[in-house]
Amino acid sequence: MSMLNLTYEVDGDDFTRAGEASSAVKKRLRSLGIPPEAIRKVAIALYEGEINMVIHANGGTIDVAVDPDKITMTLKDTGKGIADIKKAMQEGYSTAPDEVRNLGFGAGMGLPNMKKYSDHMEIDSTVGVGTTVYMEVYL
Amino acid sequence: MTPVEFANRYGLEVLSTGEGETRQIKGIYCCDLLSLVMGRAKEDDAFFTVMANVNAIAVGVLADVACVVLCEGIRPDDLALQRAQEQDVTLLLSKKDSFQTALDLWKELQAQG
Repeated sequence: MSMLNLTYEVDGDDFTRAGEASSAVKKRLRSLGIPPEAIRKVAIALYEGEINMVIHANGGTIDVAVDPDKITMTLKDTGKGIADIKKAMQEGYSTAPDEVRNLGFGAGMGLPNMKKYSDHMEIDSTVGVGTTVYMEVYL
Repeated sequence: MTPVEFANRYGLEVLSTGEGETRQIKGIYCCDLLSLVMGRAKEDDAFFTVMANVNAIAVGVLADVACVVLCEGIRPDDLALQRAQEQDVTLLLSKKDSFQTALDLWKELQAQG
């Protein structure tokens, strides 16, 4: 059992609320005295995940587990899945619609940023079933 | 230099103070593609953009920049302003473009050494 478990529901199609879960996690981690650099990594990785869920999957669930040696994030959705994970991991590759680009997203940096800011990441995705992303940030 | 000192010296409007009276600006990042900003802006940077929506504020919070500087006189919508105030994000408004505003700040940062 972890020291602390947090769960958030992410609304689909609501860009104005994207970031709420990440901000809430950031606050909790701060109150626990987690080092600022680790908090920043978690916040960025989670926010990108949140945005992805809003753009591509009509929302989903975020679980965050805090342990003495690491923070584990599990982002689970039942969206359309990722057909080609290798391609999706390339910077600049994006399947986001134009209205998303107008908001400043959809530059094909989401998954690459998640990989960059987490110390370990795994993606499990099935087309038509959904995607689960696991990320760890070591403390 | 703090964001509020910068705003006062160059005539920027302070829309939300946040920690802007105490936090020191250490660098500059200019970009309107928020996905890039998330990955590349550094902590304590001043982030210059014309993207005056609530997502720019969220990026400011999560990337932990020193302040968000909206340029070209583009005002935030009510939701973005409200979110900045709630989340203690320092939000400044410049009438000049990103380059000119960032150049002013850069000179100040250079002068400080």
